[in-house]
Amino acid sequence: MSLSFKIQTANSVEAIDFNPDGVHAIEVKNLNVYYGSFRAVKDVTLGIARQKITAMIGPSGCGKSTVLRSFNRMNDLVAISRTEGQVLFHGKNIYEPDVDPVEVRKRVGMVFQKPNPFPKSIYENVAWGARINGFKGKKSDMDNLVEQSLRRAALWDEVKDKLDQSGLSLSGGQQQRLCIARTIAIVPDIILMDEPCSALDPISTLKIEDLMRELVQDYTIIIVTHNMQQAARVSDYTAFFTLTDNRAGFLMEYGDTTQLFTNPKEQVTEDYITGRFG
Amino acid sequence: MNRMPEPVNTNSSGNGSELFETNVTARNRKGVIWRVVFLSSTVVGVIALIVLLLTIINDTFGLAAIEYKVPLNEIAPQGKSIEETTCTEADVILQENVSKNRYRTLQNEKPILERSQTECVQLLIFEIAKPVVKATWSLSESITNEAEIQEFTAQKYPEADLVFRKWISKDFITSSQSDDPLRAGIKTAILGSLWIILIVILVAFPIGISAAIYLEEYASDNAVNRIIQTNINNLAGVPSIIYGMLGLAFFVRVLEPITSGAIFGFSDPTTANGRTIISAGLTLSLLILPVIIINAQEAIKAVPISLREASYGLGATKWQTIWFHVLPNAIPGILTGTILSISRAFGETAPLVVVGAATYITFDPENIFSKFTTMPIQVYQWTARPQDAFRNIAAAAIIVLLFLLLTINATAIYLRNRFSRRLV
Repeated sequence: MSLSFKIQTANSVEAIDFNPDGVHAIEVKNLNVYYGSFRAVKDVTLGIARQKITAMIGPSGCGKSTVLRSFNRMNDLVAISRTEGQVLFHGKNIYEPDVDPVEVRKRVGMVFQKPNPFPKSIYENVAWGARINGFKGKKSDMDNLVEQSLRRAALWDEVKDKLDQSGLSLSGGQQQRLCIARTIAIVPDIILMDEPCSALDPISTLKIEDLMRELVQDYTIIIVTHNMQQAARVSDYTAFFTLTDNRAGFLMEYGDTTQLFTNPKEQVTEDYITGRFG
Repeated sequence: MNRMPEPVNTNSSGNGSELFETNVTARNRKGVIWRVVFLSSTVVGVIALIVLLLTIINDTFGLAAIEYKVPLNEIAPQGKSIEETTCTEADVILQENVSKNRYRTLQNEKPILERSQTECVQLLIFEIAKPVVKATWSLSESITNEAEIQEFTAQKYPEADLVFRKWISKDFITSSQSDDPLRAGIKTAILGSLWIILIVILVAFPIGISAAIYLEEYASDNAVNRIIQTNINNLAGVPSIIYGMLGLAFFVRVLEPITSGAIFGFSDPTTANGRTIISAGLTLSLLILPVIIINAQEAIKAVPISLREASYGLGATKWQTIWFHVLPNAIPGILTGTILSISRAFGETAPLVVVGAATYITFDPENIFSKFTTMPIQVYQWTARPQDAFRNIAAAAIIVLLFLLLTINATAIYLRNRFSRRLV
């Protein structure tokens, strides 16, 4: 399912010179992230496949969220953080000085752990992101964008009669789908999800997982999760992170999800996914 | 309260009952004691407030013994009471009873025949009868000891009329300052206070919020900014009289050409110095600026990080995040702090005395370069007078002050609630 407005808006915000390169949506080379003098992520190198779901798993504190947040420069918001290495998005290192993180975040959307809709109406929640990014359409185009985004987030039928109600009046699962809808509305290339289901009940979780399978036809999705069943159920590729002795997170094993869960190469991976540690 | 039944099967290692002395009753009792302490504190506060209000009301109403140089019924034309006298009659009576000069002055103020009937009656009373307040009693005394008061007045001031007087009245609010407590009013002080508060709002509110936004959102955590922050925190605790000194030294003296309005052509000979409304307003703005900044900072800090992340995550710039999310969510908190600060400025006396509030002015402030007095200063001056009656009008002035304060606060709270409702 392809959206008509997608091409329209994607063209209008084309500002960085990205060279489409083929296989990888994001390529990470020697990524190191520091918080002050503490090295949180050590020498991570990996490529994220386009239009696939990549799951990042690992024990608490292994730096998987930090790696995820380095893909849209969310770590910049933490004053003491420092990033080394390259994160290539369409062949362009997003950490180069001429890249504005604002443009990166428009192209790489994010869904957070705790549903965080704006204290605005449902309609505004979806429309706001598009509007501040310079959506050029008329009111009717915006209505269409909101409807399409909510439909894609499998929320339209539940909220179509109460678009003017506060986003906060929805249930937790609905709020998270609203957050996904507002991310879709800015027409990103990639959607990052940072433990999107950890605050949700199993039924809502299932809905979000179905939604991810639906969305991956158009988007590249990267999800951080603590739930290994979820990673196994939903993802195409899985990256397993763990810690060094001085608590720096690094990439232990990365590969096809089925293969990683059934036949891991590393003993540590096997111990983790079978529940022997972590 | 029923105790939980003891487990039937108690073995030494099983439920660890020997490790705990749960003692729920004692723990709850402790809670009850604290609850009583907190309730008592609240009651003390409420009682203090009620006593304050009752004291003020007690002084605002009550009996007064008023002596007239010429009895009222002798002034009134034949067969009429003085209240029924028309202006034409009053004109004649005045010409007969006051000096030619005084009559001319009165005519110059406002031709007598153009005045309203009530005004004419007032004129007769104050120009010819010349009432003097001999003694006043509080409301409680007036109610409980009325007979004694009547007896006392009859003996000591046989000439005087004993009347029940409401010291707060329409005349009190619309008249200017006067030596005579019966004629003195609070209008000049009300206007002075309102002018000054207007300046404080226009100056302190935008500067305070802007500074708070800068310090919270833009300033990096370095030595200079930490020093600035510490200084702001300390300035919030500086006694207000110090700000008065600052205002006197800087706004009144150094900036005199500006604050006196001279360079704008407002060279009123009576205000040929910087002791003007603008000086007072700027001084009070400085006084409450640190409090506004700190409050606004707290309100901005309280905006959850998840909301900022949501905004940045959608590709919003820093300014878009501040403007669309941080400020709307912080504004109720910011306004709460501002309301409190402005109330404080409204009731502030000491710095204005230093800056040079006029002790006695009878003309209304016309612009920001006028001399001024404010309500708290007026109250202060009246309470310092020896005559009893000034205490009564001071109480009346306090009621007006409280009423205006409540009105301003209510307006601000209404605005704040409207802001808040839009968000949810």
